[in-house]
Amino acid sequence: MLKPLGDSALLIQLGDEIDSVINQRVHALNALLQHTNGVLETIPAYCTLLVHYDSLNFSFSQIKSLIQENINQADESIYKTPRRLEIPVRYGGASGTDLETVAVSKGISPADVIRIHSEREYTVYMMGFTPGFPYLGMLDERLSMPRLESPRTLVKAGSVAIAGSQTGIYPLDSPGGWHLIGWTPLKLFDPDNEFPFLFSPGDVVKFIPIEDEHA
Amino acid sequence: MLEVLDVSGLVTFQDSGRRGWQSYGVPVSGPMDWFAYRAANTLLKNSPDAVAIEIGLGEAVFQAKRDCVLAVTGAGFDVENYVWTFPLWTSFYVRAGWRVHVKKTGRGNWAYLAIAGGFETQSILGSKSAYLRGGLGSAIRAGDVLISREPAVELPKLAARDFPVEKYVKYDQSPVIEVITGPQADRFTKEGLQTFYNGEFTLSKTFDRMGYRLEGNSISHADGADLISEGMTMGSVQVPASGQPIVMMADSPTTGGYPKIANVIRADLPLLAQCEAGVSKIRFQETTVEKAQRKLAALQ
Repeated sequence: MLKPLGDSALLIQLGDEIDSVINQRVHALNALLQHTNGVLETIPAYCTLLVHYDSLNFSFSQIKSLIQENINQADESIYKTPRRLEIPVRYGGASGTDLETVAVSKGISPADVIRIHSEREYTVYMMGFTPGFPYLGMLDERLSMPRLESPRTLVKAGSVAIAGSQTGIYPLDSPGGWHLIGWTPLKLFDPDNEFPFLFSPGDVVKFIPIEDEHA
Repeated sequence: MLEVLDVSGLVTFQDSGRRGWQSYGVPVSGPMDWFAYRAANTLLKNSPDAVAIEIGLGEAVFQAKRDCVLAVTGAGFDVENYVWTFPLWTSFYVRAGWRVHVKKTGRGNWAYLAIAGGFETQSILGSKSAYLRGGLGSAIRAGDVLISREPAVELPKLAARDFPVEKYVKYDQSPVIEVITGPQADRFTKEGLQTFYNGEFTLSKTFDRMGYRLEGNSISHADGADLISEGMTMGSVQVPASGQPIVMMADSPTTGGYPKIANVIRADLPLLAQCEAGVSKIRFQETTVEKAQRKLAALQ
């Protein structure tokens, strides 16, 4: 369950599937470990937590037993209430060029895609890819699409996209292989801000459809 | 103050890295060769995390706008200062108006130019390291005027100091790089593991600060190359479906979705970083966490 990743990090495996309960445990353990001696930085992911530790002052076995104590102490009380965010999204049109394609390939209408995508709440399972990119799950199976065969070289910042059982939002203009169904005017990453991120791992997110002002 | 007269390749400001934001997807960045970077600052009695210029995959020419002391470290370069030419790992006095050329002359990829006092540039998320893919900081270009802080020590006392690099790191284009077995080593066949540990690899020409793609015999997976994305670090060796390993480097994404066969130890990252595309012959050898930590401590 605890394995070294090099000489200064270790990987804690809490499961081997994309699952909301496992992911909740990841975020709960992550919160606990922020106050553990020797822990420098952590990276929560779907079912793992990577811990960077001070390897000049803590041996692998020392840090392992400190973490083990935390895992043993962890109980229901550590599950904190997540932050909830509402994200306005302009679906379709130039902002979501793949909305029609998704609808056609799933045999439903674009309005159905919007309804299904915006009616449930998602959890920020992890962040990665580019600064501020939230991996949100779980997407309704009715919208499940494989990634694009060849990624687009430029996806504009704010694009709301889906792939597999995930949905996400591109924080920066970047390449991208997901299907673009909408766009949010919110800024996900603003390096000029002291706290530059809109999302944090573990947040709960709901999409709110907004009208295209040019419609 | 230095004016940049000419640059080629990838020239950026780097400090010891951007820490504390990896859970938000922000890579650590920092130097590709941490040992050379730190030694450049040591030579000038700068703080160990002072901002230096990383010169990679090209060259750079500067002109001093006022007297200063510089140090250049790394592998594969010489320094031309006014009328002199000399090797790296030394500090030197530069008078206002003199030209300093960090010139590619040998094997290696990265040089670090530090200035007494350290360079001054914008801090983003607590670090002055450029992370170009993420839009943090920018590349250094011809015409830029680079500002430095006032050094705490008188300049003449900082010049003409040598760093005994060979006592610590032996840069080599045929290195044996030590690794710790990866968390997904069991996702490879016995033959796949043998290929990795007994084979010889070279660096592919398509490499950058994000990762080093290696070329060699294909490493076989036991049950496919898909992995639920999880955290990784500089030195993580991912093996995608192609069977050709990728060693994640300074600008590594924080998470990745390929099985990690091994992880290069921090003490050996400088050796790997200076391996050249097509030329280098890289071998891997397994070690333990305990030994790797001792080796790292010996470099402090």
